[in-house]
Formats: sequence, structure tokens, C-alpha cells
Amino acid sequence: MSQALTYAYYPGCSGLGTSREYDLSTRAVCEALGIVLADVPDWSCCGSTPAHTVDHVLSAALAARNLAKVEAMGRDTVVTPCPSCLTNLRTASHRMADDSFRERTNALLDAPCQNAVTAKSVLQIVVEDYGIERLSRKVVRPLAGLRVAAYYGCIMNRPPEVMAFDDHENPMAMDDILSALGADVRPFPLKVECCGASYGVARRDIVARLSGRLLDAAADVGADMVVAACPLCQMNLDLRQEQINSANRTSHRMPVLYYTQLMGLALGIPEERLGLDKLCVSPRKVLRAAAGRAEAAKAQGSGA
Amino acid sequence: MRIGVFVCHCGSNIEGTVDTTSVAAMAKGYPDVAYATDVMYSCSEPGQEAIVKAVREKGLDGVVVASCSPRMHETTFRRAVERAGLNRYMLEMANIREHVSWIGKNREANTNKAAELVLLAVEKLRRNKALFPKSFDITRRVLVIGGGVAGIQAALDCADGGLDVVLVEKTSTIGGKMAKLDKTFPTVDCSSCILGPKMVDVAQHEKIALHACAEIESVSGYVGNFEVAIRKKATYVDWSLCTGCGLCMEKCPSKKSHDAFNEGVGPTTAINIPFPQAIPKKAVIDAKSCRQFLTGKCGVCAKVCPSGAIRYEMADEVITEKVGAIVAATGFDLFDHTRYGEYGGGRYPDVITSLQYERLLSASGPTGGHVRRPSDGREPKTVVFVQCVGSRDKSVDRPYCSGFCCMYTAKQAILTRDHIPDSQSYVFYMDIRAPGKLYDEFTRRAMEEYGARYVRGRVSMIYPKGDRLLVRGADTLMGEQVEVEADLVVLAVGAQAAVGSSELAEKLRISYDKYGFFMESHPKLRPVETNTAGVYLAGACQGPKDIPSSVGQGSAAASKVLGLFAKQKLESDPQISQVDQRRCVGCGKCALTCPFGAVKMVDVRGEPKAEVVETVCQGCGICVVTCPQGAVQLDHFTDNQILAEVNALCQS
Amino acid sequence: METIDMQAAFDPEFVARVQAESGQNLALCYQCGNCTAGCPYTFAYDIPVSQMMRLVQMGRREKALRARSLWLCASCESCTTRCPNDIDVARVMDVMRHMARRAGYAPEKAVKSFWDCFLDSMRKHGRVYELGLVADYVARTGRFWTDADLGPRMLLKGKLSLKPHDIQGKDEVRRIFERFAARSGS
Repeated sequence: MSQALTYAYYPGCSGLGTSREYDLSTRAVCEALGIVLADVPDWSCCGSTPAHTVDHVLSAALAARNLAKVEAMGRDTVVTPCPSCLTNLRTASHRMADDSFRERTNALLDAPCQNAVTAKSVLQIVVEDYGIERLSRKVVRPLAGLRVAAYYGCIMNRPPEVMAFDDHENPMAMDDILSALGADVRPFPLKVECCGASYGVARRDIVARLSGRLLDAAADVGADMVVAACPLCQMNLDLRQEQINSANRTSHRMPVLYYTQLMGLALGIPEERLGLDKLCVSPRKVLRAAAGRAEAAKAQGSGA
Repeated sequence: MRIGVFVCHCGSNIEGTVDTTSVAAMAKGYPDVAYATDVMYSCSEPGQEAIVKAVREKGLDGVVVASCSPRMHETTFRRAVERAGLNRYMLEMANIREHVSWIGKNREANTNKAAELVLLAVEKLRRNKALFPKSFDITRRVLVIGGGVAGIQAALDCADGGLDVVLVEKTSTIGGKMAKLDKTFPTVDCSSCILGPKMVDVAQHEKIALHACAEIESVSGYVGNFEVAIRKKATYVDWSLCTGCGLCMEKCPSKKSHDAFNEGVGPTTAINIPFPQAIPKKAVIDAKSCRQFLTGKCGVCAKVCPSGAIRYEMADEVITEKVGAIVAATGFDLFDHTRYGEYGGGRYPDVITSLQYERLLSASGPTGGHVRRPSDGREPKTVVFVQCVGSRDKSVDRPYCSGFCCMYTAKQAILTRDHIPDSQSYVFYMDIRAPGKLYDEFTRRAMEEYGARYVRGRVSMIYPKGDRLLVRGADTLMGEQVEVEADLVVLAVGAQAAVGSSELAEKLRISYDKYGFFMESHPKLRPVETNTAGVYLAGACQGPKDIPSSVGQGSAAASKVLGLFAKQKLESDPQISQVDQRRCVGCGKCALTCPFGAVKMVDVRGEPKAEVVETVCQGCGICVVTCPQGAVQLDHFTDNQILAEVNALCQS
Repeated sequence: METIDMQAAFDPEFVARVQAESGQNLALCYQCGNCTAGCPYTFAYDIPVSQMMRLVQMGRREKALRARSLWLCASCESCTTRCPNDIDVARVMDVMRHMARRAGYAPEKAVKSFWDCFLDSMRKHGRVYELGLVADYVARTGRFWTDADLGPRMLLKGKLSLKPHDIQGKDEVRRIFERFAARSGS
């Protein structure tokens, strides 16, 4: 057996609050797969969208402080579950490839960043480093009968020059994972459409429209649930689902899970370690229904 | 030696940034220069006459013209010195336009550089010697590569002009892209009705030998005497016996073969005649989907064929043909729209290409001319056309305009209303490019009479919504984002160089651009010639072209071939390599490196020596630099001449 | 509608600035409208993104920098990803947003306030303290009922921490902001 996969881990601020279950399930799943996550010591916020709307050097510096911490750990790869953090870390690296930009960035920092670290999503390392085939062999409770729509969000793969992962119009990483878990992955046409991002607080109308469209499309393709990889997307679709319903006069009861939560279920990790109870729209009903469908299909299969 | 120097103004092209009077004055001080002057336009008739007059009156025996690139006017000035009574190789040109005046603005520096280039030319000219071309016989046959409409026209015109024509076509029938079209713009006449008779003419013309299912393997030789190896691919049917009755197609049990002629709109049988008007009308087995080849068990076609023509054991055959000229008419291919993930990347069955739509419109197509959606066979009521798919798009490395998509899209919008009177078409476009005769009127008609709704803006994404497709675009004239629910989306895919075009160009030793289109000799004045003598171009292999232009070029290329063959003999260029056999050690490196096979090893008193075949040598000079002994010299570009130039430059 | 004097309205310094700060050549834009077509926010914009690009081409600084659109772009990268001329459109929008901020324009006050509160929270604690951020936002905008429906539920789900997660190196983060402010001030 080769050495265990080990990465520096950057949880991101929302992992401490609004996306606790993403952080919990990511850690639980990685542990189960033997992927070692070493937390970046004393990490700080990446600056997210607000920082880059002010200035690109400021934004890069806030990200680079964390990249420098990873360098100090002696690691060359940092992984994060959050696409927004990922974008900031990768964009900072991308721009710091220019020497003058790196100098201006380092001028804002106490400890300079060498720009020697590659940031990747947890999704990317599961697919590329761990491997789908290997994952499928770990499945103990297949998600048979569960109809899912994989929703990647707008910045997991875009722009392709910076993110350099998966197809930017039709990404398949989550689809492939979910298929390996035994789920019925529906062809979801709005995989990379924006959900309304961080406008939930200031412009709720925007989120209602954009996220509403996503829920409609997921229902259209017959999905029981939406599977997300981004804390902002998940929050908009799940926490704000009632707001969306009332703004659009719809009545969705669409659970929105993180892909890591479904991985955890299929790997047989106890529910409480996956934070299923933290979801606003409970997935219990659809999970039960899916299990029922799977039983029925099996019975029919053996009867024939 | 008495040399005359003529420094050209080229109007203001050179004079604008070079002091030509000073250059001429400086030239007077160069060795052997007996006369120097500046002229307004040296290539004009008075300009040339001034050169002739000076040669005669001043008793000159060599001329330097400092003007444009020799690519432009070397022939012109060679003729002029010849008229004056000198050998035509007693001319040198100094390129002070492309190499000086057009690339720098500093008048003083330009003037000095121009003077130096004149000095180099003088030093080379001092070592020139008279050269005399040899004449040789020519093979009065022409090879036409590609049986689309351009190749068909070239072949027919050459044959009508009395030449023997060898026509090579890659697929099993001639007709090319045009044969797949339903109607043609701007007259909306039936494509196969106007092309069909030409195809039949090809089949019946006694001067044309057609090789279908064939490709060029290799080309050797030179203008007037090419030798071409042609690979005739195994068709598994003996065409001398096949009558084209089609019984094999009726009975063939492998019905899932890719239907290339119908652009994959539906499957076809493994043994296949692509369409009823095919020329030649002969069956071909697609071994990739034939049961006999895949499982070794079937043999149905062999059993039913009334003429016993099936030959499962057939292999490729390579034949050679001797020709004196070649016309490349290999056409284009379509841009692969699956590169646009935002348009579904090929995942949505009701997002199709424009050529697939032609097959749906065509009465001989898989739906018998009834427009039906590939997904469910339903007749579409709302059809959206998206233009510039793989055209004018840097992000997919297709920055050029394909030229004909605006026109065929207008035609398809018109035909859609003809086929389905209660349908509505939408056309997303960026600019409408319709500069041909009656073209703009035609696109206007699509809007004015056929009610096509033209929307100025690109489409950003297409995705399924229920059983329809949501097309999201922009109306930039309104400054709005727009959406339309379509039953069918037709992508106006652009043109790109045909698959394998660069490989063919290398076999023909002609240039091609970064997209794989063949390069013409001059973009305006030599549009169907290449820089390789005896090789001509016709049609879309040179760049996207519509039918009228392709036909025009087919005829133009034929006229060039007929003009070439109108001479009794051709003259060889005497700027060729010479081997000094006293210095040659017979190592054979020159023979190995010569790209034209012009060097052969001969036995001279028991020792191997290199010898250059005069008519084959193209004067490229590779053997000269390869020879470890310095035994090979290129006439007109000898080591002495080049070193004299270097010396002049280093000492000036 | 006003008639525009194209020569008087053209601000060459503005065009040069946008191009330099974004690293993009705006002359590459041929106004195909693909960015507007794909932008999920066009419905909320006052000026669609392709016309924002046009305003830069025509040197129309004031009209461009006063646009609400600048404050509604979520940097979702759809424009950048699909631009046929490979222009990083989202970056151009971001750069104009920086310029608008410097000019003191912020027609979408709530959006700007939210971002400001976010950065303040980060400056204070090193990480974002979500409850504090919302409280600050309510105080600044007077939007008392902001997500009042969600707060209790999030608390119940253990998704809102009542205390900030201050980091040890929060002074380092604060100094990043201070150095940035000093640099921009000079």
C-alpha cells in the first residue's frame, strides 16, 4: 500500500457556522477513505467576494497569508471544500505568477508568500488522487433508487484557465462520484448556473429568482434532491427555500445535501457525524422513498 | 564589369522613408558600378525602358534594381535585361521596400541600410555568370484531387480542353458537400438537379479516369513530370462487376453503420451506396460495422449479389499515375460543434448542425424531406438558428469568418417556412455578411417575405426544458437578454480545413496556413496558383468558399493547366546544384537529404560519385550545406557569392 | 434622449486605466452580446454587461462608473468563460467596481454595506463572524428585519455561532488592511 494521501486543509469560515455539516462530513469521509487532512494552523478568512470587489492586491494578500502558512507546514498542496475559498486561493496564485503583482501582494503581508502551493478542492482530490474506482469499492450502503441532480455552482470550474479542473460547461466529477455511490444521477442542465451567490442578505429578490430557477430545473429532471459542493449554493437553496417558494409561489420541498454527506451515507458513516440534522429541508423522506424503490426493484429483479 | 544601379521610389512606398537619391549617389562609389540613378517606378513601362536604354547606351553588363521583394518583380526585371541583350541572370535585386522602408521610420537609418543592401547586391552580381535553362518534355495529363464541385469543374474543363484527367476522390462518390445540400442560395434551385448532370458528365467523359475511395499516397517529380502514387482503398466489392442495383443494401442485416452522407442523422447499412445519384454508383462495405468482418459470420450480401461482386478478402491497392500538373480541390470540413459545451456539446439530439438540417430538408434525405426532430420525430414549429458556431471565435481558434453561413442560414429559414407554413424561425447573428450578387436581397427576403425573426446577438447557452430547448441569447440592439423556447436548434457551423489537409500539402510541397488551408501564390493576383510550379488550387481547400466561387476557381485552375500545357516544352530553372566530382567522396549524404530525389549516386571509374538530375533539382540548397567536402555548389548562390556579400557587410 | 458628443464624452485616461488595471484589451470586444446573454444578473442590471464594455470602448467614464450593474455582478465568470474573444469580462467589471468605489459611487448601498461589514468582521477577528456581520449590517442599513426568519432556525441547527472565532494572528490580518489603506491613501 502506498503512503496515505495527506493534504493541508483549509476549512473556510462558513465551515464554522453556516456550513458546519460540510466541514463535518468532509472530515468524516476523508477519515473513512484514509485521506489525512492537516488543518492549516491559525488560518484566516480568504477575503471571499467582498475583498476582490475592493482591490485585487488586497484580495490576493488575504489569500496569500494562508498560502504562506501552508508553505510553512512544508506542504505543496492545500485542499478546501469551499469553491469560493478555492477561487480566491487559486486566483491569488495565478496572479502572483507575475513578479510585480507578487511583490505588491507581499508588501501587505508580515511573512511573504513564495507562491509555491497549489490549492485544490476536496472534490478534485477525491476524483483525481483517490479515484472513483477505488471509491466504488468502499461503498457499503449503495444509494440505489436515489434520484439526484448534481449542482456544481458557478465558480468550481470557471474560469477554466484558473480553475483547471473538469469540464467548465458540463462538469462530471460529482456525477461520477454519485454514480459510483449507486445513485441515479439525472442530467441536470444548470450545473454551472449561478444561484445568486452572496446577495441573499442584501438582494433577496435576486436569490429568489436565480435559486428558484435551479430548484425548478432539478424538479423538472425528476431529482429527489440537489447535491451541492458550495456552502453559498447550499445555503441559498436549502436555508432560503421557503423565502424562494414564497417569492415565486412554488412549493418545493427539495433537500439540498453536500456531496460529502451522501458519500458518508454510502460509506456507512453514522448520520450524526455527517450533520444531516443541520439541513433545513430534511432528506429523510426522500432517502426512505429511495430505499423503498430500490427494495422493490430488487424484488422485481429476483422475481423475474 | 560595368554595373548599373536603379533605386526605385515605388511612389512614396520607398521614397517616404528612404533617401533614394543618396542611395544612388553612394552606389556610384561601389566597385564596378558604372551608372546609378533613382527612378519613380522602375517596374512601369518607362521605368523598364530606362533600364534597357541605360544598358545599351552605357554598355552595362549587369543590373541591380533596388526596389521591392524579388517575389514581386524579379521576373519583370529579368525580362527587361534580356530585352536589353543581357543574360537574364545578370540581374540582382535589393529588397529595400519589405526589408527597409515598410519596417522602419528612421529615414537616415533606412537610407544607410538600403545603401548596404545595394552594396551586397553589387558584390553578388560581380560574381554572377550567365545561366541557360534547359527545355524538357511534359506529360500532358492532369491530376485533380477531390471530387467536390470545384474538382468536378476543374476536371471537366481540363477534359473538354483535350487533356487526360485523373480524378481522385476520398469517399465512394463524387459530389462533395454540394451533393448533400437541399437547395442553393440565392436562387433556391435544387442542388442535386444542378450538380447531378455535371457528375454524370464526369462519369461519361472519355478523358476522365475517376478513382473513388482513393487517396494520394505520395507525389514525386516536378512540373510537367509528376509521378503520383494513389492508394485505392479496399471497398470489398469488385466495382467492375457491381451494377449498383442496391439489392445488397436491402438485405444487409447490419443496419447500424454510421451514415456519413446523411451526416449521421440516421444509421445506414454496412454495405452501402450513399445516395441514388452517386457517381460511381457502386457499393462499399464499411468493415467497422459489417457482421462478416466483426464476427466472421454473415455473408448475406455475397449470397444475394446477382453479379457476384462481393470480395471480403480485398486489400488496398497502390497504383501510380504520371501527370504534368496537379489541381488540389480537397474542400473543407465542418467545425466540430461539440466543442461548445454551452450549446450542449452534442448531448441534446435536437441541437443539430446546418448540414444535418440540409439532410432533413432534402427529399432524398433520411426523412424524405419532411422536417422532423431527431429526438421524437415531431415536426418542429419553432426553429432557432445560431450563427457563427466556430466562426469569428478566437476562443476556439477560429477567428475567421466562414463566409457562407449567413447565406445558407437565410436559405434554411426560408425553406423552413416553405416546409412548415405555421413555423417560426429565429436567427441569432452578429453581422450579416452577404456581399455577393443578389445575396443581400436574399437575406432581406428571409426577413421581409418569410418572416424570419433576426436577433442581433450571440447565444450564450442552450439547455433542455421539458421536451423543448431553451435558447438564451442577447438582443444587443435592444440591450436585452432574451430567451426563446425552441423545438429544434440549428447550429450554423463554420468551415475548417479538411482533415488531412496539412499532410496532403506536405506531399504536394505546397504551403498551408495555421488553420490548414492551402496558401495561394498571391492573395490577389495568383489566387489559384501555389508557389510549387505545376500545382494549382481550386475551391475551399484554400479558404471557405461558396459554390459560385468554388466553380469559378475550378475553371480558373483548369485554364492555368491548359495554359501550362499549351507550351511544347517547359524550361527548367538553371539555378541548380552542381557537383564537383573531383572533390566528391561519394558519401551519399546529399542523395539522402535531397527532398526531391534529384541527386543520384553514379559509378565513375569504380568510385561512387553524386550527380544532380538537372530537371528534377529545385535549387533549394540543402545538399550544398550537407556536403562535408564543399563539393556541391548552387549556381547563382555559390559560396563565393554569399561570402562576398558577408564580407561587404562586415567591412562596410 | 440626449445626443452624445462622442469626442467630448471620450475620456482617454479612463479607457487606459481600465485596460491597464484589468490587463484586457477592450478593442477586442466586437459587441456580440454573449456576456449579456449568459449573465444571470442581466435582469437586475440597469446597464447590461455588453453595454458596460461598450461604455469603456467609448470612454464614457461617468455613465460606466455610476452603473448599478457594477454592484450586482457576482463574478460568476460566465461572461469570461464564454467570451469568444477571450476577454476577462468579469475582471473588467471588478476593476470598474474598484474605480467606482474610489470615486465614492455606490448606487446599490445595501450590497456595498454587506461587503463592508464582511471585511470589517474579518479585519476584527481574522475570520468572518457571521452573527456579528449581520448585526453590523442591520445597524448600518437599518434593515431590522433582514433574515429575521432565518436566525432562530440557524441557531437551533447549531449553524450560527454566538461567539466570534478570533484567530491568534488577527493582528496580521488587521495589518494587511492597514497597509492596504496606507498604500491607497498615498
